[in-house]
Order: sequence, then C-alpha cells, then structure tokens
Amino acid sequence: MFENLSHLALQQYWWVIISLLAALFVFLMFVQGGQTLLYSIGKTEGEKTIILNTLGRKWEFTFTTLVTFGGAFFASFPLFYATSFGGAYWVWLLILAAFIIQAVAYEFRKKPANFLGAKTYEVFLVLNGLLGTILIGTAVGTFFNGAQFELNDLNQVLWQNPARGLEAVLTFHNVALGLAVFFLARVLGLLYFIYTIDNDLIVARSQKHLFFTTVLFLLFFLYFLVWLLLKDGFAVNPDSGEVFMEKYKYLNNLLQMPVVLIIMLIGIVGVLWGIISTLFFHGSKGFLFAGPGTVLTVFALFLVAGFNNTAFYPSVADLQSSLTIQNASSSHFTLVVMSYASLMIPFVFAYIYYFWKVMNRKKITDEEMNEESHVY
Amino acid sequence: MIEYADLALVNWSRAQFALTAMYHWLFVPLTLGITFIIAFMETLYVKTGNEEWKRITKFWMTLFGINFAIGVATGIILEFEFGTNWSAYSWFVGDIFGAPLAIEGILAFFMESTFIAIMFFGWNKVSKKTHLLATWLTAIGANLSALWILVANGWMQKPVGMVFNPDTARNEMQNFWDVLFSQVAVDKWLHATSSGFVLASVFVIGVSAWFILKKRELLLAKKSILIASVFGLISSFYLILTGDNSTRTIAHDQPMKFAAIEGLYNGSEGAGLVALGLFSTSETDPNNENLKDFTMKIEIPNFLSYMAFLDWNAFVPGVNDLINGNEKYGYMSAQEKIERGKIAIGKLFEFKEAKKAGNESLAGSLRAELTSDGFQQNYFKYFGYGYFEDVNDLVPNVPITFYSFHIMVGLGFMFVLLFILSLMFLLRGTLTEKRWFLRLAIISIPLAYLASQAGWIVAEMGRQPWVVQDLMPTMAGVTRISAGTVQTTFWLFAALFTILLIAELKIMFRQIKIGPKH
Ligand code: HDD
Ligand code: HEM
Ligand code: HEM
Repeated sequence: MFENLSHLALQQYWWVIISLLAALFVFLMFVQGGQTLLYSIGKTEGEKTIILNTLGRKWEFTFTTLVTFGGAFFASFPLFYATSFGGAYWVWLLILAAFIIQAVAYEFRKKPANFLGAKTYEVFLVLNGLLGTILIGTAVGTFFNGAQFELNDLNQVLWQNPARGLEAVLTFHNVALGLAVFFLARVLGLLYFIYTIDNDLIVARSQKHLFFTTVLFLLFFLYFLVWLLLKDGFAVNPDSGEVFMEKYKYLNNLLQMPVVLIIMLIGIVGVLWGIISTLFFHGSKGFLFAGPGTVLTVFALFLVAGFNNTAFYPSVADLQSSLTIQNASSSHFTLVVMSYASLMIPFVFAYIYYFWKVMNRKKITDEEMNEESHVY
Repeated sequence: MIEYADLALVNWSRAQFALTAMYHWLFVPLTLGITFIIAFMETLYVKTGNEEWKRITKFWMTLFGINFAIGVATGIILEFEFGTNWSAYSWFVGDIFGAPLAIEGILAFFMESTFIAIMFFGWNKVSKKTHLLATWLTAIGANLSALWILVANGWMQKPVGMVFNPDTARNEMQNFWDVLFSQVAVDKWLHATSSGFVLASVFVIGVSAWFILKKRELLLAKKSILIASVFGLISSFYLILTGDNSTRTIAHDQPMKFAAIEGLYNGSEGAGLVALGLFSTSETDPNNENLKDFTMKIEIPNFLSYMAFLDWNAFVPGVNDLINGNEKYGYMSAQEKIERGKIAIGKLFEFKEAKKAGNESLAGSLRAELTSDGFQQNYFKYFGYGYFEDVNDLVPNVPITFYSFHIMVGLGFMFVLLFILSLMFLLRGTLTEKRWFLRLAIISIPLAYLASQAGWIVAEMGRQPWVVQDLMPTMAGVTRISAGTVQTTFWLFAALFTILLIAELKIMFRQIKIGPKH
C-alpha cells in the first residue's frame, strides 16, 4: 500500500508524524513545567511527595516520546539529525544532560543513602524543567530563524559559529519561543495538579499561580506568533530546489493551507478555554482542553515550518544548504518500511490509553502515598 | 578531496562514545535478565497464592527499579550521540541505521515504560493477572529494545541489504529483511540478551548468598537461588552456544577481528587455539604498535580451524595474511584494497564534479558505472580502504582484543560451574554450610560485569578501524568540531555518570542491607 505512494507523499506523511510527535512531546512537558513548581506549590514534605508522585508516574512517557521523536527524525530525515545534532552540539548536549539528571531523580530522591541528598535530586528536577523546556523551545525557534551551517559535497555539516548552537539565544525570537514553551509547560503543570490531585491546599495554590503564569505565557507566545507572521520566511522553489527569502512566508503558509490555520485556531482556543474555565469558572477539567489544544497548536506550527515549499531547517550562513523535507529525507524504500512500522502507532496509543485509564480511576490522595509500596 | 579529521578529535569522540556506552551497558544487562527472574517469581505467586513469593518478587523489583532509572538516564545520551558526535556517519548510514532506532522507540520503549508503571504502581489498582501480564510484558519489552539496537550494531559489523546512491552520497536500504535477519544481528541479539540473563542470575545468587552468610532471610535467599540457578544454567549453555556461533560468523565476515581475538599473526592450516596467552611489551613489528609477541602461550592444536570453519584442517588467516595478502588461499593484500578504495572514492568525486559543472551526460555515465554490479563488487566494496595510506592502520589492538575475549570466555565457563554447584548444594541442603561457595558467589557479581564489558570491547575494539566494516573508517564518521569541545563534554559526562554511579551503588547496597519489607 505505501509502495505506491510517491516519494514526496511519503516525505509529507513523515513530516506529519514528526510534527505529531513533537506536538505530543510539548504537551507532555507538563511534567517538566510541574517540576519547576515543586517549591511554589509544595510547601510541606507531604505535599512535595504528592506532587512528585503525580508527575513521577508520567515522566517516562515524556522521556520516551523524546527518544522516539529522536529515532523517528533520524530514520525519516537523517540529514536533519546529522546536521542539527552534530552542528548545534552544545545546545543538544545541554538538553540531554538536563534529561539525564531527571531520569534518576524520581527514583533516587527518597531512597536512603542516596549520596547527594534529597535536595539535590529536587534541584535536578527543577533544572530539567527549566533547561529542558527553554532550550528545546529555543532550538525549535531556529526552524524559523535559521541556523549557521554549511553542508559540503558529502553532506557533512560545517558549523559556522564557534558557539555550536548556543548562538541561537542571541536571536530574541528564538528565546521568546523558548520562554513561551516554558510558561506553557507550567500552565499545563498547574492544570494537571488541579485535575488529578485531591488535596485542597495544592489545588488552591495552583489556581492562584495560574493567572500570572498565563499572563507570562501569553506575552511570549503572542510576541512569537505575531513576529512569525510578519517576518520573511525561507521558501523553496519546488522545481529547482533553490531556497530564497519570501515576504510574509509563514503568514502565507497559513493562508494557503486553511486546514492548518483552522487546526491552529482550534488549538489556541482549546488552550485558552482550558485556562479560562479553570480561572473564572473554577472548573477542574481545564487540562482536558489545554492539553489537546497544545497538541493542535504545536502540530500546526510544525506543518507551517515544513509544508508548502518551506525550508524547515534553514541555514543563514549558506541559504542553499537549507534543509527541506525533500532534500533531508530517507530514501523511498526506507520511508515505505518506516510507514509500515508507523501502523503500530495507533495500537500503541490504544494500549497506553487503556492501561492508564485503569490506573487513574481514582484521584491521587495523601492516603495513597502511605499505602503504596513503591512511592517516589 | 577527502578532508582528514584530526586524530585528537577522533580519539576524544571515540572515548566519549565508549565511556557513555560502557556506562549504559553497566545497567542494561541486569534489566534484561532480572525482569524475567521477577516474572518467574510473580508467576509462582499467582499460581500458588503464597505471600512469601510476593514478598520476594517485590524485593527484587525494588532493586530492579534502582537499576532501571540509571539505565534509562545513560541510554538517552547514546541515541543522540550518533547525531552529535558521529554526524558524518549518521548521514552515510542513516537511511538504514535510523529505522531500527525508530522502531525500537515505537515498539519497545513505549511497551516497557507503560507496563513498568503498572508493575510498580499497580499492585492495588489492577487484578493479579493483569499485574502479572504487565511484568511479563516489561521483560519482553526490555529484550525487544535490545533486539533493535543490536540489529543496528550488527549492520555496522556487516553491512547488508543496501546499495550506495552516488547522488546523495550515502547507502540506501534495499531489503529490510536482510538487515533484520542478518546472521550477525541474530547472533548478537541472542548472545547479548542471554549474557544479560546470566549476569542477572549471578547477581541474584550473589545477593542471596550474602543474606545466607548474614543468616538473614534464609527462605527468600534459597527460593531466589533456586530460580536463578536454574535460569542461569539454561541461559549459560545457551550463551556459550550463541557465543560460539558469533565466533564463526566473525571468522567469516571479519577475519581481521577474528585474528585479533585469537592472537593469530601467521595463518596456517590446522591452526591451533591459544587457550591461555601472555603478551610481551615489545613489538613484533616495529611499524605496528598493535602487534605484540606472546611471551607465553598454551595452545590446543588444530582447534582453531575447527572452531572457525568446522574443519580440523581448514586454513585460518592471520593478521599478516590479511595485510600482505595470501594468493594461495585467495586473500587480497591490504595495499590492493587501498588502491581499489581510492579508485572508488575518485570516481565518486568525478561524478560530483560533473554534476556540479552541469555535465549531465558525463554524470549519467558515471552514475551508471558507479552503480553497476561489477564496480560495486570490485571497487565500491573497498570504499573505506581508500581513506588509508598505511596498511598498518588496518590492524586493531591485538592484546586488548585477545585478553578481553579470553576473560569473557573463561568466565563464561566458570559461571556454568557456579550454577551447577549452587543447584547441587541447594538440592542436597548443604548450601548454608558452604561458606567458601557463598563467598565465591558474591565475588562472581563483579566478574559477571567484567565479562559483559569485555564482550563489548571484543566486538567494538576488534573491529577498529571501522565504524562500518570496510566502508567507513572511524575517522571519517566523526563530526567536525574542535577536539577541545569533545574533550570538555567527555569530562562532563565522565563526572556526571560517575557521580550517578556512586549514588546508584550506595542506594543499591543500602536497599540490600535493609532487605525485603514485611
Ligand atoms: C549501535 C551501535 C553500537 C552499539 C550497540 C554499541 N556501540 Fe560501541 N561504538 C559504536 C557503536 C555501537 C560506534 C558509534 O560505531 C563506535 C564509535 C567509534 C567506533 O569505532 O565505533 C563505538 C565505539 C566503541 C568503543 C571504542 C572503540 C575503540 O576505541 O576502538 C568502545 C569501547 C565501545 N564502543 C564499547 C561499546 C559498549 C560497551 C557497548 C555496549 C553497550 C557498545 N559499544 C554498544
Ligand atoms: C548505542 C546504542 C544504544 C542506544 C542509542 C540506546 C538507547 C537507549 C535509550 C534512549 C534508552 C532509554 C529509553 C527509555 O526512554 O526508557 C535505553 C534504555 C535501554 N536500553 Fe539502550 N541503547 C543502546 C544500547 C543498548 C544495548 C546494546 C542494549 C541491549 C542489548 C540496550 C538495551 C536497553 C534496555 C533494556 C533499556 C531499558 C532501560 C535500562 O537500561 O534498564 N541498549 N537505551
Ligand atoms: C564461553 C562463552 C562465550 C563465548 C564463546 C563468547 C563469544 C563471544 C564473541 C565471539 C563475541 C563477539 C561478537 C562480535 O564481535 O560481533 C562476544 C560478544 C559479547 N559477549 Fe560473549 N562469549 C562468551 C561468554 C560471555 C559471557 C559470560 C558474557 C557476559 C556475562 C558475555 C557477554 C558478551 C557481550 C555483552 C558481548 C557483546 C555483544 C555481542 O557482540 O554480541 N559473553 N561473545
């Protein structure tokens, strides 16, 4: 069935999957956002324990989604994997370091003789929440603002800036996205606490924090979005493959792909409704709107970056080295094989959904923390 | 034409990959094996309803949780390191290599992380049967994740199922099943997972032996030893079988690695197997520091020929035959391979130039030539050799490979003995009196880790100087970045992982001391 699709159709199919994984990942970073709230929401040891156990049962998913995102990107667009990871070396290694310390923190924090002390592991979690979100957001910003690389004849990356990727923070538009992701993750973290934890103090504090966090999120997000729509973009000539600058490219992409525009609008409305319903109507289910809203918004943003003859990883050092979904992709054959593998994804979603439903029948309470044999 | 990467950069990049991979491999094998041991224990609990089994299950599960967390932490860096440190490699092989990594994420890691959560937090939330199912699926998921990464690694040892595309300057997949069912990949998976089973069995027996020596938890210890020694005994036979199979595959696909493993410099018919050997510090050949003389060796005549080719009199090539060539037995000299490699590289660049100049007809004929069967078989096959000038650079470090291999194999046989003895003493009811044996069981834990690490050193050091056998030398795969940067990240990760390892060990020892909860 996939064999008969054109190479371009497969490339688009895979860009959709990559975008979906990225969108899910940003949504799942509510875990990271929640971690940065550890001290402001959890005042006593007991409250911290509840918060960490609430997040702790989900962190593996965020982590695994990141890993799968990396693997899928490697398999479908290996030139991006080689260029960006090898080029923006410092950014990616810092991001990885931030995830390495997270992976041990939950399990080790409360264990006796843990060498570094509970406090250090908590700091690990906060650091992961800070660096993970901000750096990933900033790195994705370069999808729209370009990075400084050249590719030689053998498609080897020659990075043109000694900061190896860290120079991305000098472009405020990138950082704005980083901060927007950070505050969004916190908003989602707060909504998640309100949604799942059965503890009045934690819920009350979360509601109090929600307002300011939302304001900050909107500030950076709107700045990012408006500037994105107004700026020049990296367009590709579909016939020659030549990359050139086009005025209002990203705005044009949205207008020329109305479906994507609609997805984005629904997503934004979803996020806002999730927040508003919690803030002004004291609902507890805001997470169920803001979460999917996030997925749709980020999904649309990635489609804008890669579809409609756009270079998704542009180079400002050498425009013609820019990556597009066509020149960065795997061969037709590999994409076909991978597409068959992708048929497993709905099945994976289904069993995750089913088993989590079984596990989440009850809200998380103080009592449970005392009864369970395995608590973080 | 080819820009040579600087040697310091290559070495630091290798060091960093080796460091992080070896750390990852400190934790992976225990996960691979202990999940099955836990699943056996829980099955007994569900079958018999005996609460003691539940207590035992939970105890080992706690230890597993500690190990798992740090296994995951050390895994994520490896996945991205292909991009960060081996980006030229990632492009050259990404079309083949990426697929198993992606499938691993989709199929195995999600399975593992979903069911592990049920295993840890689901005792009071799901039925006994569902919980048991989750435990089994965690074990299967862990071993499936090993499958995909080893398929990828196997492909690097023996590239199959692909064709080189001159337009993109990379290898492209042509047959997925060839990649998946490659003999090397299958051997590797069976051997690496069963090595995990053996290591975990040794771990469980060793920890239980400590309890017996301390006269604590005797029931738990004996029941655990029973399970672990049966599982370990079966696995270790299997381990030796698959290891032996690997040896034959290597003799066939990577003769230079095979020569290094066996310390065989000059090939012969009816070659003898060096069972024990000691190298001197002096060089056999002043041009090559990777070759050292034996000062002492114990040899079993004709055995090597049999092991490699199942024929007591077969010819086994040594390092020198592979370098200088051996016409009688049909081995091409390294110099000839280098020349052919240079022709292949030259043609590729001619093609690139023609394309750049817009000379379509020349580019077309060059493309046809590059992709023709004859050229692929006679020239492209040696592509990677074109990067070399000195034939001596084609020899891996013989002493390290030799020692690692012999340590691994020696310990493999020792573990069989360990399992047999522990089962025997246990059944006779004399285990608690054999203090020497209990001590030996404890000492065996670090030895199992040693054997396991040695295995990877054989596999990876033995294939140097290649990242992709015969096609891409290690130096050509590396990301162009300053050696100082990689040196900095090397030390950063060395410090971070060492601190985490210390924490893990302290927590692990303490949890063992605390023992099972009541
Ligand atoms: C899927 C591929 C893969 C896998 C599963 C492993 N490695 Fe590897 N290893 C590589 C792919 C690789 C590599 C990227 O190809 C390197 C880098 C340079 C090289 O020659 O091979 C390498 C190098 C490398 C080196 C340095 C070799 C040298 O200096 O000559 C060592 C010691 C190891 N590895 C050890 C390990 C261990 C202990 C592993 C167990 C987990 C392991 N590798 C798994
Ligand atoms: C260079 C090669 C490797 C890469 C890139 C890699 C990557 C990873 C990653 C990213 C994780 C964390 C996954 C999660 O989110 O849970 C992980 C864990 C794991 N890996 Fe690896 N891995 C490599 C080598 C191996 C090998 C050789 C094996 C087994 C033979 C293996 C078996 C496992 C297992 C069982 C886990 C589960 C967690 C644990 O270690 O306890 N990995 N690996
Ligand atoms: C008598 C027993 C054994 C034999 C004949 C044997 C043989 C081998 C061979 C030939 C390789 C190299 C594969 C390659 O380079 O592609 C290998 C690798 C390896 N061995 Fe063993 N081995 C034995 C025992 C053990 C033991 C006891 C352990 C650990 C507990 C172990 C763990 C490993 C590991 C982890 C690797 C790397 C993975 C792989 O390449 O498959 N082996 N073994």
